[in-house]
Amino acid sequence: MSGSDMRALVMPKWGLTMTQGVVVKWLVDEGADVEQGAELLDVETEKILSAVESPANGVLRRRAVAEGSTIPVGGLLGVIADADVADEAIDGFAATFEAEFTPETEAVAGEGPSPQHVDVNGHSLRYLKLGEGGEPAVLVHGFGGDLNNWLFNHEALSAVRAVYALDLPGHGESSKNVGDGTVGLLAQVVAGFMDALELPSAHLAGHSLGGAIAAELADKAPDRVRSLSLIASVGLGREFRPGFLDGFATARRRRQIKPVLDALFADPALVTRRLVNEVLQYKRLDGVEEALAGIAGNLVADGEQSVCIRERLATYPGRVLVIWGADDQVVPASHASGLPDGMHVEVIDAVGHMPMMEASARVNQVLAAHFEGRLTA
Amino acid sequence: MARTLTILQAINEALDQEMARDSSVIVMGEDVVGGSGAEGEMDAWGGPLGVTKGLYGKYGDRMLDTPITESAFIGAAVGAAASGLRPVAELMFSDFVGVCFDQIYNQAAKFRYMFGGRAETPVVVRTMYGAGLRAAAQHSQSPYSIFTHVPGLKCVMPVTPYDAKGLLIQAIRDNDPVIFFEHKGLYETEGEVPEQSYSIPFGEANVVREGNDVSIISLGLMVHRSLEAAETLAGEGIQCEVVDLRTTSPLDEDTVLESAENTGRVVVVDEAPPRCSIATDISALIAQHAFDALEAPISLVTAPHTPVPFAGVLEDQYMPDATRIAAAVRSVAGYAP
Repeated sequence: MSGSDMRALVMPKWGLTMTQGVVVKWLVDEGADVEQGAELLDVETEKILSAVESPANGVLRRRAVAEGSTIPVGGLLGVIADADVADEAIDGFAATFEAEFTPETEAVAGEGPSPQHVDVNGHSLRYLKLGEGGEPAVLVHGFGGDLNNWLFNHEALSAVRAVYALDLPGHGESSKNVGDGTVGLLAQVVAGFMDALELPSAHLAGHSLGGAIAAELADKAPDRVRSLSLIASVGLGREFRPGFLDGFATARRRRQIKPVLDALFADPALVTRRLVNEVLQYKRLDGVEEALAGIAGNLVADGEQSVCIRERLATYPGRVLVIWGADDQVVPASHASGLPDGMHVEVIDAVGHMPMMEASARVNQVLAAHFEGRLTA
Repeated sequence: MARTLTILQAINEALDQEMARDSSVIVMGEDVVGGSGAEGEMDAWGGPLGVTKGLYGKYGDRMLDTPITESAFIGAAVGAAASGLRPVAELMFSDFVGVCFDQIYNQAAKFRYMFGGRAETPVVVRTMYGAGLRAAAQHSQSPYSIFTHVPGLKCVMPVTPYDAKGLLIQAIRDNDPVIFFEHKGLYETEGEVPEQSYSIPFGEANVVREGNDVSIISLGLMVHRSLEAAETLAGEGIQCEVVDLRTTSPLDEDTVLESAENTGRVVVVDEAPPRCSIATDISALIAQHAFDALEAPISLVTAPHTPVPFAGVLEDQYMPDATRIAAAVRSVAGYAP
């Protein structure tokens, strides 16, 4: 930020259905120096609790809203500017912003893109496409997840390309049959999904189990995978949090699932009652427990991962990005070391197994640069 | 894919999906098929309020209209359950349980125990309860504590369409007798319900609003009124945690105690009269196991110890409302020894 520039800090839009958020807590005082990406305040929506990050380097000159207030998406939260910008100018900027701002109405919010279903090899798959054109990207969630795991990433990545997020078989609102539940089968389903949507090739980003699936596809059909992004991926080492998969697959109650979910995040405060309820609602659907058990049996045996993609990665000719949270308690960040040459490795401090949620700004930045070939090993 | 349904539609969908999934599920009760002397689907009432409407056309003779003889058809349902079917019997008003109580209390509830675990009685009794509909003293009661008192029975009272579907599916799949309470005033309550089948385990209370100042422990229609009060109180700076018990047997003691320990101030809201009730039961539980955490006496907001009045103005006074709940919360929140 230079000279008289001022930047509005606004209520972000996390996911299609978000129309407003509640300011839970300011994390930074007025007058504090802030860096781009620094967490400024916690916001809670109907779905999630997360931090709003600074859009620029500068000074947080104004907190425009009090803790506890409900602000529509796009509404002013604060003003970032240099220390030498006059107070009057800041007030004027805020007043102009407020005067010109019209909140998105509920009706408009509901008119945007919505999830679709497509049939692939006998599986009905739910997916959401955001953005148009460019080299397309496909986002593949992990064990027990769904397309909403990309809530903080999907829209940001879709600025310059069509980005597809799907629910794997057995997950989200896709059908619950998972066949033999192997990574190979799931990779075939992702390939079938790309066929059905007429995507000859795409940038593939996978989280956890999704990483192994993306890597499997890159190995079997390298020409279909323009680049590979592996986030806290399965298949790069032996260790895996003991009891995690079974605990997740069999939990039916809040008291059972809460400690399992706590292990996903460096900051357990992110595991809100709402998040727990959403996971339980998914878990209660007929067929989910069997589907998850079927997949889990192929991922871990005798306490060790039974899927290995490390060697096969070396033969993949495309670009590979590996992202890990340094505090990952499910699959340790040590699995990001000793990888074949030529890969870009990004380990993010103070982040757990869900870096795309806990450090979304950084992950979005690195993924976008990787898709465009702007990262070096 | 979730759509918006009413509780009435959610119950209908749960019955429909379970009847489609399991041919041993049957439905029996007064006018669950037809009514007014006409045959079957030509005049399908689907119960007095239309909850079972449309099921006769799909499931035919698995939908059984019965005479107005609760003693006979509740007994028949219990017997059918003991011998392999999964009947869902509709006891139109829970107030009518007097004539079929032996079948529920001394037969269905005892079989598993008395036959050493070798007999199961997977019967569901769906039944309406609650005041507010000007239906007078014999059609307006909330007698869930009578059933909760009986070992061997499970008692369920959903307050949202999501819970209604998931708890009824669980009730049908459960191998013990389940009394499924439907509040007359909640049938038109709307909410999101997944199309797919799902089941909600019993004994899992739902914290429907989080707060750190006062716990409101509630059930049935009273959960909605408690939420209404909590909204008002939030404007006054009092943050209430509202707990919906969902099932009174089994009871999720942990969630109740966790909330009481968190706030130290508790209001229990129950539509039923105050003696030997769910309210007194919850109160005793907290006094026994969370006494050290309490900052104020536990306050009970209940109906008075009278029959439900027929006069509208009295009936409105009889039922706890948001104003009375809010007053109790203020008093508990402001209590200092």
